Amino acid sequence: MSTGTQVAAETAAEQVTRRGRRRKPPLSEGAKQERRLGWLLCAPAVIVMLAVTAYPVVYAVWLSLQRYNLELPNEVKFIGFANYGAVLTSPYWWQALWVTVLITVVSVSITLVLGMLLALVMYRTIFGRGTVRTAALVPYGIVTVAAAYGWYYAWTPGQGYLSALFNNAAPLTSQYKAIAVIIVAEIWKTTPFMGLLLLAGLSLVPEDLQKAAKVDGATGWQRFWRITVPLMKPAILVALLFRTLDSFRIFDNIFILTKGNNGTQSVSILAWDNLFNALNLGIGAAISILIFICVVIIAAVYIKGFGTAAPGTDTERR
Amino acid sequence: MAAVTTTTTARTTTTKARTTTTTTRQKWGWGVTDFVVIALALIPVLWMASLSFKTPAAILDPSFLPASWTWGNYTQILSTATFIRPLINSIGIGLIATFISVVFASMAAYAIARLRFPGKSVLIGMALLIAMFPIIALVTPLFSIERALGLFNTWPGLIIPYVAFGLPLGIYTLSAFFREIPWELEKAAKVDGATPFQAFVKVIAPLAAPGMVTTSILVFLACWNEFLLAISLTSTIAARTAPASLAYLSGSSQFTVPTGPIAAAAVVITIPIIIFVLFFQRRIVAGLTSGAVKG
Repeated sequence: MSTGTQVAAETAAEQVTRRGRRRKPPLSEGAKQERRLGWLLCAPAVIVMLAVTAYPVVYAVWLSLQRYNLELPNEVKFIGFANYGAVLTSPYWWQALWVTVLITVVSVSITLVLGMLLALVMYRTIFGRGTVRTAALVPYGIVTVAAAYGWYYAWTPGQGYLSALFNNAAPLTSQYKAIAVIIVAEIWKTTPFMGLLLLAGLSLVPEDLQKAAKVDGATGWQRFWRITVPLMKPAILVALLFRTLDSFRIFDNIFILTKGNNGTQSVSILAWDNLFNALNLGIGAAISILIFICVVIIAAVYIKGFGTAAPGTDTERR
Repeated sequence: MAAVTTTTTARTTTTKARTTTTTTRQKWGWGVTDFVVIALALIPVLWMASLSFKTPAAILDPSFLPASWTWGNYTQILSTATFIRPLINSIGIGLIATFISVVFASMAAYAIARLRFPGKSVLIGMALLIAMFPIIALVTPLFSIERALGLFNTWPGLIIPYVAFGLPLGIYTLSAFFREIPWELEKAAKVDGATPFQAFVKVIAPLAAPGMVTTSILVFLACWNEFLLAISLTSTIAARTAPASLAYLSGSSQFTVPTGPIAAAAVVITIPIIIFVLFFQRRIVAGLTSGAVKG
């Protein structure tokens, strides 16, 4: 115990010099050895994660301050925040942001409700529990792009069963109907994940409490709202945080279903379009940074506003 | 002895009572509910499968099942490099990225679950940030950097970012698994004179194997599923992965729609998922939920 305090009191600088000397630690220095091993074991993971994210993000910030168009390689120059100005005054950005927010809010809300129902079915059903779970895992695991093609053809007039079912409807050609199809594809794909996370939360609700409430005359509805939901609140919030951030970066489904045509561009699609069709790295980078800021805001709202415990932290273990 | 017997009988009676209180109506209710859930989950997949067996002429018939069945779409895609090469890329890139992430993640997760060292919460925070990172924000810089380094359109060009995005998933899942391991065994090994490293390799690693298998499956599925980086960081079949290749498949002739081949390719890339789900569903569920709920 005393070694632990000693270690904690030691400054990092001392530790560095000690490592520099490469002195062979005597056995009594088990704690120091442990600390060194801790850093050593984390090093490869940290290096890869920093190399792939931290450096490119810094580079993206730098890119976003340049006029950088691959078609005009000789006209690269520092232009400050002009790219941000161009993006933020462009109706395309606000349109894409609106579409993204709409898809996120609608799909996450419906996914939460359906995920809860799915979790209850998997928890309470009296037979076929294994079969239901296996079936539910298929949409979770399936490649989003493959599933998106399935939806695309299903809604193609003359080819698809769903289109035929609705009088040869062609929903992918009009804005809000296309968004509805995109939302359905998202919900189908992500409900199982939500359901499984909630199922894990559900199994932490003590059965005795439910029984006691039942004895006291609480209806199933009351028990759900007064016992299950409050006890599951941490699990629900973590699941919501994950789903919201995941949904906000929606790309695959839209890319296949509409390619972002007919006003269905999400912010990710908009950024991609600027990069690979307009070859404008500066604008593309500026949009990327704005998306990153949005994600940080969403996460902050969840963690500070709703008190969502960040997964992996100690408070969350309660 | 007698008391024990009574309790057992009592328990059997309650179980019986509960079974009998399940009315026929409830049975039917659950039966229908289960059926609806399974149907909703599987119909879109079955539709894709059915589409893949349709002849080019029958594609333009919107009925759910093909009027006549054909393997033509499969033989077509499996005989062209346009699909075969990306399939090999997907398997290779997925396996290598999974292997590296799981090795690095298990080292870091062990340290997080077991060792005392400063900077632990920074590491956890960083992993969380990366797990939720909008990948599109990295596409621009990675595209530029990889072109400069000659990594664009190569296997390592995809493997490196996949490892980085597999790591947070791996670290969370594995540290949750590692917390459940009976660590007294490690202490025992240390008492017997093993260094912490030896304790890790000889005692803990074998105990951790099930968690590592689970994590490998989850990371592999994530790599297999990845699309945005796959289309952005590749330009030819040299490194393009299977999901990214779907859009490049063509019909049997220039004038036929590529619907059948695309559906067949979609089925082919779905098969590994079905296999994983059937064999490892318990593990997948445990892995998915351990990281998020137990932390």
